Amino acid sequence: MNAGRNLGPVGQIPFGEGRAFGVDGEQVAVFRLRDGTLRALSAVCPHKGGPIADGTIDQDVVLCPLHQNAFRLDTGCSTTGAEPLTSYDVQIDNHQNIILRTSAR
Amino acid sequence: MTTVADKTQDKAQHKTRPTLPGPLGKGRLQPKHQARQGRQDARRRLVVIGNGMAGARAVEEILARGGAEQFTITMFGDEPYGNYNRIMLSHVLSGEESDADIFLNALHWYQDNNITLHAGVRVERIDRFTKYVFANNGHVVPYDVLIIATGSQSFMPPMDGLYTPSGSIKPGVFTFRTIDDTRNMVQHARYGDDPNSHPSDRQRRAVVIGGGLLGLEAARGLQSHGIDVDVVHSGGHLMNAQMGPDGGAILRRSVEALGIRVHTESRTTAVLGTDKVTGLRLRDQPDIACDMVVVAAGIRPNVDLAVLSGLHVERAIVVDDQLRVVDEDDIYAVGECVQHRGEVYGLVAPLWEQAVVLADHVTGTDTSSAYLGSRIATKLKVAGVEVASMGLHGPERDTDEHIVFSEPSRGVFKSIVIRDNKMVGATLLGDSRKVAYLTQAFDKGLPLPEERISLMFDLGGPAEEQGVAELDDDAQVCNCNGVSKKSLVDVVKGGCNTLAGAMDATRAGKGCGSCKLLVKQVVEWAADGAVAEDPAASYYVPGIPLDKASLMAAIRKQGLRSVSSVFAALAPGSAEDAKSKMGLASLMKMMLADQYIDERDARFINDRVHANIQRDGTFSVVPQMKGGVTSVQQLRRIADVAEKHNIPLIKLTGGQRIDLLGVPKEDLPQVWADLDMPSGYAYGKSFRTVKTCVGKDFCRYGTGDSTKLGIEIETRFQGIEAPAKLKLAVSGCPRNCAESLVKDVGVVAVEGGRWEIYVGGAAGAHIRKGDLLATVDNPEEVKVLSGRFMQYYRENANWLERTYSFVPRVGIDRVRAVVVEDAEGLAAGLDAAMQASVDSYVDPWTERDDPLTPGQFRTSLPLTVLPRVPVR
Repeated sequence: MNAGRNLGPVGQIPFGEGRAFGVDGEQVAVFRLRDGTLRALSAVCPHKGGPIADGTIDQDVVLCPLHQNAFRLDTGCSTTGAEPLTSYDVQIDNHQNIILRTSAR
Repeated sequence: MTTVADKTQDKAQHKTRPTLPGPLGKGRLQPKHQARQGRQDARRRLVVIGNGMAGARAVEEILARGGAEQFTITMFGDEPYGNYNRIMLSHVLSGEESDADIFLNALHWYQDNNITLHAGVRVERIDRFTKYVFANNGHVVPYDVLIIATGSQSFMPPMDGLYTPSGSIKPGVFTFRTIDDTRNMVQHARYGDDPNSHPSDRQRRAVVIGGGLLGLEAARGLQSHGIDVDVVHSGGHLMNAQMGPDGGAILRRSVEALGIRVHTESRTTAVLGTDKVTGLRLRDQPDIACDMVVVAAGIRPNVDLAVLSGLHVERAIVVDDQLRVVDEDDIYAVGECVQHRGEVYGLVAPLWEQAVVLADHVTGTDTSSAYLGSRIATKLKVAGVEVASMGLHGPERDTDEHIVFSEPSRGVFKSIVIRDNKMVGATLLGDSRKVAYLTQAFDKGLPLPEERISLMFDLGGPAEEQGVAELDDDAQVCNCNGVSKKSLVDVVKGGCNTLAGAMDATRAGKGCGSCKLLVKQVVEWAADGAVAEDPAASYYVPGIPLDKASLMAAIRKQGLRSVSSVFAALAPGSAEDAKSKMGLASLMKMMLADQYIDERDARFINDRVHANIQRDGTFSVVPQMKGGVTSVQQLRRIADVAEKHNIPLIKLTGGQRIDLLGVPKEDLPQVWADLDMPSGYAYGKSFRTVKTCVGKDFCRYGTGDSTKLGIEIETRFQGIEAPAKLKLAVSGCPRNCAESLVKDVGVVAVEGGRWEIYVGGAAGAHIRKGDLLATVDNPEEVKVLSGRFMQYYRENANWLERTYSFVPRVGIDRVRAVVVEDAEGLAAGLDAAMQASVDSYVDPWTERDDPLTPGQFRTSLPLTVLPRVPVR
């Protein structure tokens, strides 16, 4: 299991929002839920290429801002019939940094 | 080994057994005959008498409820075929379809479902004490549960000469009920009674007795074989079961235009001819010579079997709300042979409803299921004429409203009967475009629009309905998301039977929303009326189970000030809901103004970054340009900014603004700074723009200073949130160059220094001319009333409900009473609330200097090359 990539302090993502990161040539949207936990999905909507990190989220799903396709934050599966996003393992370490493992789980 | 099967068998064998009669006929008692001896099957025995649409549908419903595990199924059908769609026989007669096309369940369906079918076998008696049925071929079959679905037969009105001396129906006389009837008619129509004659040998003429639905279909079908057709109808007008005399008169014109002669109030007294038909004798009218007579004078339930077997029969077999025959525990009946609460139905829709309830009880899947009768709404094409009919044909009480439109030259007739603001009847002839809507209004007692005429015609309101049934499978229902009728129907058939569920699954109706009504109709049609009521339909946002008024009351009562606190206090399980956030954020900002705790994650991306997201994830920037008026300085600055930032597209908008398109998110603050102009709000569910015409200073026709007033209105109301966007206009004269009649709020200067205010107009996804709210004397009053109207809308409209839906929903009279006349004493409160919103306004583009959240303007890609995001 690889050690994961440090994306920097978790404070750069406001609660309830997402931000995009380029990691190992992949674009990853990392979300900070209102309960403080993180989720990470591939950042490009499979439908029409929308920026997933700009989506509105709750505890379960993110809505793509372009056409409101919904994707589960834990699995990346769409609840509106779109192709799935890739989901990634993401954690907060003891120093409040975002640790992302890009090998898709 | 003791199994359930063995026990059942033992029990069965101890029962008193009747003496089985020996095989009748030519020893046709077959080995698979279900006698009880040697029975190993633990399942109960279900016997169905009747293999028509009712019997087969009942069995389908039972199978769909796992009936195959509970029952062995045996069906008897009088006709020697599988099950076919009787409704389509008129198409077979006319040659539009072949008889093979109309089979619903061919013989292999019965095999596939392990159903023993006795086709062409008639059951003659039921012994309801020992529970056996006796068939005319000698079969004696035991049952545990029995379903009677014997249907109807053609009614033969009394007349002389119908039968030959030997007792058979005279050659050339036909009924129109079964596939054999139809085949015989086609045969006769083609070749007459001499199979060797050629169709063109002689002029042929047929008379159809009966000017109802079936008679007219028969007439049209025969005509397609080149036969001259007369219709003889005893009633005063055609289709008197479906419509009143006025509609019947117009239908007659349409039918006669097809070349069919119609004789109303004509009773047939005799069929002429000794060994074959040569004509028809009418009472008080000349004889009609013909070589073919089709009797389509109604149907009568087949109840002989039930009467002989001692069941309770009045006009038909009497059943209770569970479709159980009265006083019987194990005998059910369904379809046209049934009398339920005094009604006997002759149409297919009630049959479907009955079959569902019957299956619920027979299988025990829902013992609370009850059939309470059907409201009959028919929509069909009779002899090429579209006819729809439901409920009353005309007014019955003095207080009933009757709305009638009649256009004989086009064969169009529409009649609607309204009682206590509910539709209680409608007849549409020749134009059935509004049928889907009217059927719903009739079935569900929907509140009706004040303008009754919009029940009959589309006046540019929300989406025009089409005959949903007629739409092709691949017809696109949702033009935004490219959802076809078939994909909607598929998810409904797949078990998704709520409108919201089907919309979620397909995203139909989730674009501009203009197709929502059609989507609803398709879902209802696909679900065959079994659409589950969607409690969420009345919620303001999907995640909080409250309508707008209750939601606002709860927010006030509990002193909630943020979107997250609303979820915590009011959502089921305190769960956040992404789809609800934007609506809640807008509502709370409207309610609380500067007391609102603005959590940025509750905003849609547009509202987080104050620009409109585009297909490639870049944004569009529209600087404020009040009233569409600009200056040399502004234009120069905009040009400089566009050049500096390499703006890919500069576009004039429909609202008279300049749009800079293709700005990356991270460049937004710099673009705003360079522009140094306030936001033009081209991105929000909010007050957008006031479009104006040139006005009286320049225009030689102008009567009012439209640009000045437009600028003042925009200054006052800039940026206020609303349930949906608000687009306004002010025109300086009735030429309406600013298109004020199709705006959410539109103002028109009229001669004499007065101003008209229109509300609820639209010219986008929908077209609607606004309603005149008031005509006032000065611009100040325009601003007061516009503001009050907008506040009333903000407080009472549903989320994303534009004024063009809101105003007709509430009714312009009510809106006027509240806003202009202050009939409910709300005006002061509305004005104060609007003033609070106006006072709390801050230009959002000032956030450029001090981003509110970390990375507020950081790119989210994936739109530009990778190095634009911070790479770690």
